[in-house]
Amino acid sequence: MIEVKNLVKLYGDKRAVDDVTFTVQKGEVLGFLGQNGAGKSTTMNIITGYLSSTSGTVTIDGHEILEDPIEVKKRIGYLPEHPPLYLDMTVKDYLGFMFDLKKVKLPKKQHIEEICNVVKIADVYNRVIKNLSKGYRQRVGLAQALLGNPDVLIMDEPTVGLDPKQMIEIRNLIKSLGQRHTVILSSHILSEVQMICDRVIVINKGKLVADGTPDSLSQSMSTDHKLLVRVAGPQEEVKKLLAKIPGMQEVNLMGQRETGEVYDFSLEAEKGMDIRREVFKRLAERSWPLLGMRSSELSLEDIFLQLTAEDSTTEAVSGNGGNA
Amino acid sequence: MFAVLKRELSAYFSSPIGYIYLAVFYVFSGYFFFGVLYSNTTSLSNVFNGMFTIIMLLIPILTMRLMSEDLKNKTDQALLTAPISLVSLVLGKFLSALIVYCLGVAITLVYGVVIAAFAPPDWTVVFGNVLGMLLLGSALIAIGMFISALTENQVIAAVGGFAVGFSLILVNSLSSLISIDWMKKFVSGLSFMERYDEFTNGILDISNIFFFISVCAVFVFFTVRVIEKRRWA
Repeated sequence: MIEVKNLVKLYGDKRAVDDVTFTVQKGEVLGFLGQNGAGKSTTMNIITGYLSSTSGTVTIDGHEILEDPIEVKKRIGYLPEHPPLYLDMTVKDYLGFMFDLKKVKLPKKQHIEEICNVVKIADVYNRVIKNLSKGYRQRVGLAQALLGNPDVLIMDEPTVGLDPKQMIEIRNLIKSLGQRHTVILSSHILSEVQMICDRVIVINKGKLVADGTPDSLSQSMSTDHKLLVRVAGPQEEVKKLLAKIPGMQEVNLMGQRETGEVYDFSLEAEKGMDIRREVFKRLAERSWPLLGMRSSELSLEDIFLQLTAEDSTTEAVSGNGGNA
Repeated sequence: MFAVLKRELSAYFSSPIGYIYLAVFYVFSGYFFFGVLYSNTTSLSNVFNGMFTIIMLLIPILTMRLMSEDLKNKTDQALLTAPISLVSLVLGKFLSALIVYCLGVAITLVYGVVIAAFAPPDWTVVFGNVLGMLLLGSALIAIGMFISALTENQVIAAVGGFAVGFSLILVNSLSSLISIDWMKKFVSGLSFMERYDEFTNGILDISNIFFFISVCAVFVFFTVRVIEKRRWA
């Protein structure tokens, strides 16, 4: 549905977007993660046609943004970081104007009413936008993006500035919208992305550093130097034994999941060391059964921090569900 | 284009700008009309003549918010990501300013009717003059809109418009200082004042009509290019 190929945006020497390539399938909900200034908003602005790329193409439903801008823009509903609201207009006038501007072919009054009910701004319909609170303004912005039931919804930090209750409402709304529309949304809030999105893209300093489902990403990122083990044996001694393994940096007691003398430990060795065999060997020497061993799964937060670390030279990581 | 047109028009009248523009226009044209009544003539050319300078200085007030406001409030993001061509967008804005301008010019027809109560004026001349005023306005609005597209600061847009207006008034006297023949012709060819005066003198010259329409078209084109360029920056 959406194909972004080798997108580059230069501001003088600075590469705001550096060779970004990804696709979004119809009906998918894609999350954009990245620090402030990583290039998320710039990429979105390029996709929606507000900015033009220095090189690279964006194709939506077969139409390229530079060759056929009107066809592309017809299919997109965009909620930018700062909703483009005319403060001197009432919500009613504003939505009417945006309806006409987008050349929507549906029955005007009915459609706008529907959207107002979905977004819950029906009770401020006649108020001047200048007088609305941030939460309401955000929702008016969202309403504007929904006009015309566009195939693609692009939302730049849609829940920023909302109170917790509103955040939950909007998230549920986006999740339900995701069933009928293709959605790209950018966020800082990792739990939000984990909850709503089918797929995640991480952008750091203009470059794409990760592309996959939240689960597959965390799987592919974990390595064998971080383990969770379940051992049957005396707590202190097992701990001491494990700590003695060459290269081991941390051994932490995680608790007891099974009854009896069975303890869970999290082990962390030096990066790149595969300690699994050593752990087995040593425990077997002392006859302490190793009941379970697995790589500790990284949370999305860990992945994010790791990928956007200042001094890391991470290569692009791709999990399942990447470029299909 | 009509969506933009409607909205801009309502914006002119939901803030004081539209009203102030029209009020000033009516006041000064009324003053000149008083002069006409006082001099016992049915010729309205005094009104049209005198209004030249006023229009030159008043139009920047009308056009200063046209592009700058959207740029400043970031509402241009809504306009540029909508399925509307840049040309439609610019034309919609241009026409909204032109319509407000026309509301001002319409008062001259009222003057004609008032005069007609005493003695009929030469209506063809009056219409010729109105046409001249409309063409002058179109050209100046296009120039003002272009200047407004260059900046997000409305004051700078207005001052720029004034500067252009003054220069155009001065260009007229400049031509008499130039001794090189073809240069003299060129400069006086650019003179808004001279061409407009021909209208007020009752002369309907096709080349003058073309001149104003071309200036208008050229600056509408420039405005589109400026906005286009901003996307690539």
